[in-house]
Amino acid sequence: MNNLNKTKSAKSTLIVILSLFAFWGLLLLVENLNLFIPNVPKLFTPTSKLFMVLRKVIVYCLIAVSLNLLNGFTGLFSLGHAGFMLLGAYTFAILTTPISLKVPEDGIFYKYGGSVVNFSLQESFGAIFGTTGAGGTISLILGVLFALVIAGCIAALFAYLIGLPVLRLKSDYLAIATLGFAEIIRTIFQCEVIKLPGGGELVLGKLTNGANMIKGFPTLNSFNVVNSAGQTTLYLSTVVPAIIVSVCIVIIVLLINSTYGRSFKAIRDDEIAAEAMGINLAKHKILSFCISAFFAGVGGALYAMFATTYQAKPFTSVLTYEILLIVVIGGIGSVSGSCIGSFLYIACSEWWLRFLDEPQVVAGYQVPLLKDGFRMVVFSIVIMIVVLFFRKGIMGTKELPDLFKFKKPKLKGKVSDNAE
Amino acid sequence: MPNNVLRLENITMQFGGVVAVNNLSMEINEGEIVALIGPNGAGKTTAFNVITGVYQPTNGRVLFHDEAIIENFPKGKMKKLYAGENNGVYKSTLIKTPDQITKLGMARTFQNIRLFKSMTVFENVLVAKHLRKTSNVFSAIFRFNAQEEKKMREETLELLKLLDLEDVKDELATSLPYGKQRHLEIARALATNPTLLLLDEPAAGMNPQETEELTAFIRRIRKDFNLTILLIEHHMNLVMDISDRIYVIDFGKHIADGTPETVSNNPRVIEAYLGVSEDA
Repeated sequence: MNNLNKTKSAKSTLIVILSLFAFWGLLLLVENLNLFIPNVPKLFTPTSKLFMVLRKVIVYCLIAVSLNLLNGFTGLFSLGHAGFMLLGAYTFAILTTPISLKVPEDGIFYKYGGSVVNFSLQESFGAIFGTTGAGGTISLILGVLFALVIAGCIAALFAYLIGLPVLRLKSDYLAIATLGFAEIIRTIFQCEVIKLPGGGELVLGKLTNGANMIKGFPTLNSFNVVNSAGQTTLYLSTVVPAIIVSVCIVIIVLLINSTYGRSFKAIRDDEIAAEAMGINLAKHKILSFCISAFFAGVGGALYAMFATTYQAKPFTSVLTYEILLIVVIGGIGSVSGSCIGSFLYIACSEWWLRFLDEPQVVAGYQVPLLKDGFRMVVFSIVIMIVVLFFRKGIMGTKELPDLFKFKKPKLKGKVSDNAE
Repeated sequence: MPNNVLRLENITMQFGGVVAVNNLSMEINEGEIVALIGPNGAGKTTAFNVITGVYQPTNGRVLFHDEAIIENFPKGKMKKLYAGENNGVYKSTLIKTPDQITKLGMARTFQNIRLFKSMTVFENVLVAKHLRKTSNVFSAIFRFNAQEEKKMREETLELLKLLDLEDVKDELATSLPYGKQRHLEIARALATNPTLLLLDEPAAGMNPQETEELTAFIRRIRKDFNLTILLIEHHMNLVMDISDRIYVIDFGKHIADGTPETVSNNPRVIEAYLGVSEDA
């Protein structure tokens, strides 16, 4: 019995690893099709809409899964994700923007006489490993990875500080408090100078560049292999974030299936019973909050890499709602649901429904209503339909492998009726 | 000299102006089954919640294995409002959260069943093993705690076998019949390795046959797990059947205690339950 379980779990682990490698391989292959086949369909060129969408989906997957860890698995209704993403993105951008762009004269920090963070991680590594060839690659990868981890840690640190007072609140109140936190963070990062009561002033712009843009840091395109003539010989700009995000999601899934993950679910199901069973509520809630914020920070940093330039302005609560929507559509309490939700949401809003924004002529007849903004109307209706017909989201609390099981698990019980 | 497991000293629990538990003192010795009974609203569940750390008493002290776990005295707003007795006897404040108390070896069940709804029977019990873990979150994520995890699972399976829940272990907890859910809640409490088990109306909503099964079940787990049991119950048959001693409270005040015979013949108890006859 026990042996059987063991081989079964080993087998499923192998399947997961193999399918991950297959996924990465497929991405790598499709993205580089145009290098082997001269007249590849426009869809499969690396600059096509498909890959733009895929990159964004990959980034959103991580953020949605991290929010799901908090909302779906620990039952903490938090809306502070935009704040954690912003922290991660800024940390990443500040740490990796090349020194040449931070100088007082003509860098991006010119308004504030240069940046206080007078180094750049990948250039520091470059000093050790060299800046060209293999050394350059190593220093870029190490620099980016370190910056991502630090970005996550900064977000987690803030989550800890915020969580200490805020996690005493429950449900809606927690949502409002975290929402407020995210807005405060955004406002602070847009601020240039804070006047201190003693007459001094704190020039935040030296760190954050105020409300201005930060640019020049490594982007997803930096991963592409370029030959000396400036031509790209191998496109990696989708595969590398896919690998990073997959690893992060695997870590989250491992956490969810560990003894800590079970206690998170216990807290979600019944806080009072969980505490009576010896689960330290405060400790576990803050743990979940910090881990979620860590991955939101990493996701925010990847989002900055995807967007290539960075400023605090778009990180309003609307961004959080977007992610919350993905989580709800995918299924609260389902990791694979969040990934599927990300894909559907981004693909619909950025790609499949785009034609609605432009006037279309079908058989010499101008289709009515189609003009700028109509996409959002249709999109809202689609979302309403999805929510009406999939009450618990597309996946509910099931995961992808559950769908392939012959004996369907009985999940139709009163799972989520009793929200306290 | 019997070995004291739990001792309540002058516990008073006051909510605003309402004194829910008034100067309650109890003693529970090792291996005993003690019942706490009283009419509706007498303060039984409040007393339970004080013992398990859900509420902080207004005044009094709780000792578990002769060690103070909870102690408080009226202060702040309560200083003026306090309507109980023994004001000024206790000088220090000692607060433990329910999870800390559970860790010391006191487990409880709830009046209205509180199982983890989205989990299977097996997982419900497995969660309760979490409090004895030694691994931190990193070793849990990267599975360095495989040994411990395996042990936890084996112990859980063994416990389920012992309590006749093994055949339903992969069912969703909420899909079990009512009586089984009660058993499962007790099983989950037992998974925390308690020395004292607190049962809050374990037979509520059960038919006579289920109650009988439960009586046998409680007897069995006391023997198998060397437990001391404190229970709240309204089914007098069950109470008279299994209790070694009974405490009766009414309006938060202790009115009688002793063996089932002495208590059932106590005029004050009869009065509390049936009321005073007009012409008496």
